[in-house]
Amino acid sequence: MTARVRPCGDGALLVEVDDVEEVVALYDTMAAAPLAGVTDLVPAARTLLVRFEPPARPETVEAAVRAARPRTGRRDAAGEVTIPVVYDGADLAEVAALTGLTELEVISAHTGTPWVVAFCGFAPGFGYLTGGDPRLTVPRRTESRVRVPPGSVALAAGFSAVYPRESPGGWRLIGHTTLQIWDITADPPAHLRPGVQVRFTEATRG
Amino acid sequence: MTTRPPHGATPRTAILPSPRAAPRTATHLARGTDPQVITSPQAAPWGATFPARARRWAMGDRVLLEVLVPGPMTTVQDLGRPGLGHLGVGRSGAADRDALRLANRLLANPEGAAGLEVTMGGLVVRAHGHLLVALTGAPCPATATGPDGRARGIGHAAVECLPPGSVLRLGLPRYGLRTYLAVRGGLAVDKVLGSRSTDTMAGLGPPRPTAGTLLPVGPPPEGFPLIDLAPIPAPPAGEAVLEIAPGPRDDWFTPDALDTLCSEPYEVTTDSDRVGMRLRGPRLTRARDGELPTEGMVPGALQVPPSGQPTLFLADHPVTGGYPVIAVVRTSDIGRAAQTRPGDRIRFHLKH
Repeated sequence: MTARVRPCGDGALLVEVDDVEEVVALYDTMAAAPLAGVTDLVPAARTLLVRFEPPARPETVEAAVRAARPRTGRRDAAGEVTIPVVYDGADLAEVAALTGLTELEVISAHTGTPWVVAFCGFAPGFGYLTGGDPRLTVPRRTESRVRVPPGSVALAAGFSAVYPRESPGGWRLIGHTTLQIWDITADPPAHLRPGVQVRFTEATRG
Repeated sequence: MTTRPPHGATPRTAILPSPRAAPRTATHLARGTDPQVITSPQAAPWGATFPARARRWAMGDRVLLEVLVPGPMTTVQDLGRPGLGHLGVGRSGAADRDALRLANRLLANPEGAAGLEVTMGGLVVRAHGHLLVALTGAPCPATATGPDGRARGIGHAAVECLPPGSVLRLGLPRYGLRTYLAVRGGLAVDKVLGSRSTDTMAGLGPPRPTAGTLLPVGPPPEGFPLIDLAPIPAPPAGEAVLEIAPGPRDDWFTPDALDTLCSEPYEVTTDSDRVGMRLRGPRLTRARDGELPTEGMVPGALQVPPSGQPTLFLADHPVTGGYPVIAVVRTSDIGRAAQTRPGDRIRFHLKH
């Protein structure tokens, strides 16, 4: 893994790697052995943002990043969650058309392969899930919806996601879950944390 | 399970006399067992609709700050919720952190105690119980009117006493944007994910106070205020000069873009809030097309959308973003940025 370390002000470094797999691996390694003074690790699509304050210094943080020996591939420590989905999303037919699959094939592709939370963002508890069936790669909608209901299960740009709360959104909706994936009274508040494995199962309407 | 109040259980002093035990009728209103602190924003006296009987009880037995007029934009803020960025939760907290810290230090509170962040003044509050308060940040003309109807001036960055029933009024700041009102003991609204800050972007934390909101005040800390005034020089008039460090994505722009950024002042536009400030000035030109994969953002980041006009991120900035950040404002200058108003001018100074 080649990590490029970019400055990001006096309180952070942005570590750039080649792909999301490497991000997850680096995040795991850094999170498992926290460095004194590091306050936040924010994994994203190609980068890990490391925020710090004294006693950490840019040099010590960069040295820790360079010394990290992340292992890509197998991962099991972060946990697993099963999300029952009713596949009744407003864009299910469109996703089928875009992928050349039938609606049933979309469902079996979505449930057939485990996903993994690569990173969170957009909103608290919104996890970007990767590693699913590559046939499910669809672009975002050209126009964003003003209101996406909470629990909506969606696809866009190779990712899948579950909307934790009602929010605007441009992803394609294929179904919904009643599982509350974000709960501020729970510890941790998010079901979908970086590294967590996610299995979708088809639930019956009701 | 401990019921120790958050800032250490100390006997109340003569300034803040010991509260009477909460009457039995109160128990169904407050979650938790500490009778001094109202802990649930749902059940506690938060809104104007709070039942009159409970309201009387609350006023009779508790040290509270009642919001009479919230002004254009007032929120409860502490120093935020670090360490949750990986869950998509930003830090939030006071936009001018040093100002909140100073107000708390004046009152011998822990630096991170929650206070009110008041944007463009206009706040009117009433003291229920004896309160010690301090105002920092943007200096407002402030008066306290006692129950006898007599008004007196309230100093800036000074320890001031508000006897029960007195009303504190903030005018329009002479300069600056955000004034902090801290109370000895701190505002004891419920914490959400470890913080009492309202994150306006994520919709986390306590609701914005409105007319009639009763804010509980926590138990006083062990220490006592040692000085009654912090002499704070006014910032230099004219442009706010902010130091920046290049990166992380300065390579997405033409080689002269950083010089352009520092060549002329940028004007703060009205499209500014706790999330960030949209600036107007010399256009920054990209050297490459395409989309940047989403990446983590920091406060002080100068993110440049396709318009070429930078946005300066403040406390409630998005955790991740998809536009390149050309440079980041030095941490110690972010409070200064947060005190600029629409129409003010900012000049960036590149750190060498």
